[in-house]
Amino acid sequence: MEMDHTLYILQSYWWLLISVLGALLVFMLFVQGGQSMLLCTRDHTSQTLMVNLLGRKWELTFTTLVVFGGAFFASFPLFYSTSFGGAYWLWMLILFSFIIQAVSYEFRRKAGNLYGTRTYDWFLFINGTLGCLLLGVAVGTMIFGAEFTVTKSNILDAGAPVISQWVPTHGLEAIASWRNLLLGVMVLFLARTTADIYFLANVEHDRNFVVSTRRRLLIDSMVFVVLFLLFVFVFLTATGYRASGSKIIPEPYLYWTNFLEMWWAATLFLLGVAGVLVAIGGTLFVPKFRHGMWYIGVGTVLVVMTLFWVIGYNDTAYYPSLIDPSSSLTISNSSSSRFTLEVMSWVSVITPFVLAYIAYVWYKMDRKPITPAEVSADDHAY
Amino acid sequence: MDDLMSVVDWSRWQFALTAMYHWLFVPLTLGLSLIVAIMESIYLRTRDSHWLSITKFWMLLFGINFACGVATGIILEFEFGTNWSNYSWFVGDIFGAPLAIEGLLAFFMESTFIAVMFFGWKKVSPGFHLAATWLTAIGASISALWILVANGWMQYPAGMEFDPDQMRNVMVNFWDVALSPVAINKFFHAVLSGWTLAGVFVIGVSSWFLLLKRRTALALDSIKVGGWVGLIGIILTIWTGDGSAVQVSKVQPMKLAAMEGLWRGQSGQAIVGFGILNPSKSVGNDEDPFLFEISIPKGLSVLARHDVNAFVPGIEDIIDGVDYDNEGNRINTVSYADRIEMGRLAHDALRAYDKAVSSGDQEARVAALQSLRDNYRYFGYGYLESPEQAIPPIAMTFYTFHIMVMAGGYLLLFFVAVMIFVYRFPKILRQRWMQWVAMLTIPVVWVCSQSGWITAEVGRQPWIIQDLMPVRAAISDISAASVQLTFWMFAAVFTLLLAAEISIMLRQIAKASQESDVADANINNPKN
Repeated sequence: MEMDHTLYILQSYWWLLISVLGALLVFMLFVQGGQSMLLCTRDHTSQTLMVNLLGRKWELTFTTLVVFGGAFFASFPLFYSTSFGGAYWLWMLILFSFIIQAVSYEFRRKAGNLYGTRTYDWFLFINGTLGCLLLGVAVGTMIFGAEFTVTKSNILDAGAPVISQWVPTHGLEAIASWRNLLLGVMVLFLARTTADIYFLANVEHDRNFVVSTRRRLLIDSMVFVVLFLLFVFVFLTATGYRASGSKIIPEPYLYWTNFLEMWWAATLFLLGVAGVLVAIGGTLFVPKFRHGMWYIGVGTVLVVMTLFWVIGYNDTAYYPSLIDPSSSLTISNSSSSRFTLEVMSWVSVITPFVLAYIAYVWYKMDRKPITPAEVSADDHAY
Repeated sequence: MDDLMSVVDWSRWQFALTAMYHWLFVPLTLGLSLIVAIMESIYLRTRDSHWLSITKFWMLLFGINFACGVATGIILEFEFGTNWSNYSWFVGDIFGAPLAIEGLLAFFMESTFIAVMFFGWKKVSPGFHLAATWLTAIGASISALWILVANGWMQYPAGMEFDPDQMRNVMVNFWDVALSPVAINKFFHAVLSGWTLAGVFVIGVSSWFLLLKRRTALALDSIKVGGWVGLIGIILTIWTGDGSAVQVSKVQPMKLAAMEGLWRGQSGQAIVGFGILNPSKSVGNDEDPFLFEISIPKGLSVLARHDVNAFVPGIEDIIDGVDYDNEGNRINTVSYADRIEMGRLAHDALRAYDKAVSSGDQEARVAALQSLRDNYRYFGYGYLESPEQAIPPIAMTFYTFHIMVMAGGYLLLFFVAVMIFVYRFPKILRQRWMQWVAMLTIPVVWVCSQSGWITAEVGRQPWIIQDLMPVRAAISDISAASVQLTFWMFAAVFTLLLAAEISIMLRQIAKASQESDVADANINNPKN
């Protein structure tokens, strides 16, 4: 029993780490949110400022996505094999959008880039919109379920050895689900809202830029808040799947029930919501308010983290199968072994150090607001 | 799964395509990051603006290349899930850990400090900036370490055992995985080959400046740094390559036999220096394996087992289970027919175990478990229908191996010559023939680098995990048409990005050649 208890603690710890990485990723999607605005920004100076502000952070978002994937692989490999191999088209579209992003900052204004600056700006736009939308859809399948089965003994069938099977649409059906799309669009507008706040925190010398960004923040944040309220309603009234003994069965209002049973998660969720609202309200209505990124950062992380807790803890299946509930993935039936989780837990001790140096470098690089003169004098400017 | 082999083949092509494109960019990142860090260190020590100019020029090219490496790298990680879903479950407990550690230890370091490297010149102190440049270079190498730990484990699975309840392998010893001699050797071999490649790149580009008679001070100093890094790189790459051959002969003898096109081995086995394979040769026929060959007597025995009289088994010996140790004692006597039989017994035992657990039959469970443990070593052979299916593509393995070796030998001569010219006969560096040789060596080093990876990965076929899982059992449940479509999408996107990268690099190099020679004037007359 002691062994099982230790394993359960390790599984819970790793779900906590996954939730932290997932939450940081959602926050860092502000880079994508900013990219979604570039094509609509006519003023060249403003556009250059925006690209260069985002260009100093895009690799952090990219890295967070990669580490999120790697950590999921290491700690819950059955999710990795089921979701990535199953929702093939969903993940492939996400990956394509990130490939074209990775070169765009570096290439967009370089002489000889073959396809012209506009093409790379389109790449950034595609990644900005599609990346947010589809990552939201992917997370949506973790909440609202997907159509897959898991049969481990298939591995002994030489003719058809695959253990995780998915419906033939391979992820396109997930993109067509309105609930997943709702989450995707909401993530996009959260990312845009955060990007607006990021721009306002880092540019103060350009009056026109500040005014237009503030106006855009008003629209983005209003759309976000409406979508968020809608999502919260859909989420709390959704049917979840709970492990009960050896079975996994559907349970109406499971996520609502989990919030009630995990009052600490609910409290942090509400605190997170408050943080996001303070960031939006403060930036919009308090002229000298310059800490919006901190509030929206902490707020987003708290909200996303607690959503992960509610869909994964309390014997809840974090990846429900809509066609075979017993195939649903829980943190218990999909995790790595106790030994691997232990080893990885020791490695994870380094996480605070990593976060500390990222924060330190962020502070050093963003101490002073960026100016058009600084960008034009920089021989590595994007 | 009617089109099982088609899915397997297209998935294989897609992964190969991604890996090969990725490896176009990564070795340059590994080597150039080191070269840039050395150049910036010299600048900080001398405070000479000439070295700042050199550092910034190569840093610019590094940045252009780095972006493409990142773009292709993300796909590789996720393709383990999208295209090799079964693999991800079967060994995810072991294989996932290095990938996660790579992300946490290396990627964050690279992505955080690369921003300082490019944009921090006026935002942080010079010392902090130099530290950021070094940390970017170190981060790139740490990243390579964990990827090669993962790759090394696929070639030589260690530190694990099979868990029949979960129907997967689980890690039991992290250090056996992380410090596997195969992995460590692979790490040094791959990273040092990156130094070699970057050295050639720097010398080749600098030679173009010399050809134009522009930026000569930048070019000559760059050749010095690139030459030292490349020379050290090629010497150690060859040394670790030798270690690699010894390891392959121990843990993947079939790969070694394919690398040499060796069908029947002998004591004091010769090595083929150059040869043309006979395509009619197959298992059991008496055709000569070569249409033409030039061999070095006893060379393979020396290379593989460090003993001139050692026996080196050929493909048919391995299939028959014939091998001898250095004392002439027969070893490794499990023939491939027996391995296939044992693999099937392992499969049957796992089925029986699963059934016994479901029915609660404890006695049957224990018996099945014992049979599984006795035969698990050859679990992967249970998927094969004949021993011939365990032979890798001989021609591709043989030719790429020989191209790598020949190109590697040439590169050693190249670097030795360049360093002698730099310190003894500097005028030769200004001669057109030498400049053309240096420039034409750039494609040679890339061909060498790619050939090495093709040898390593094609030579281990049909295994995705040596002896435990063939590639055909590792796939995802997707249609061949889907993979075909994404293959062509990747091929198109990667090719377009490569074209853009090369075009931008050429333009930046041309632009640099047109810039003023103030820095050169500084170096020629320090009082300026």
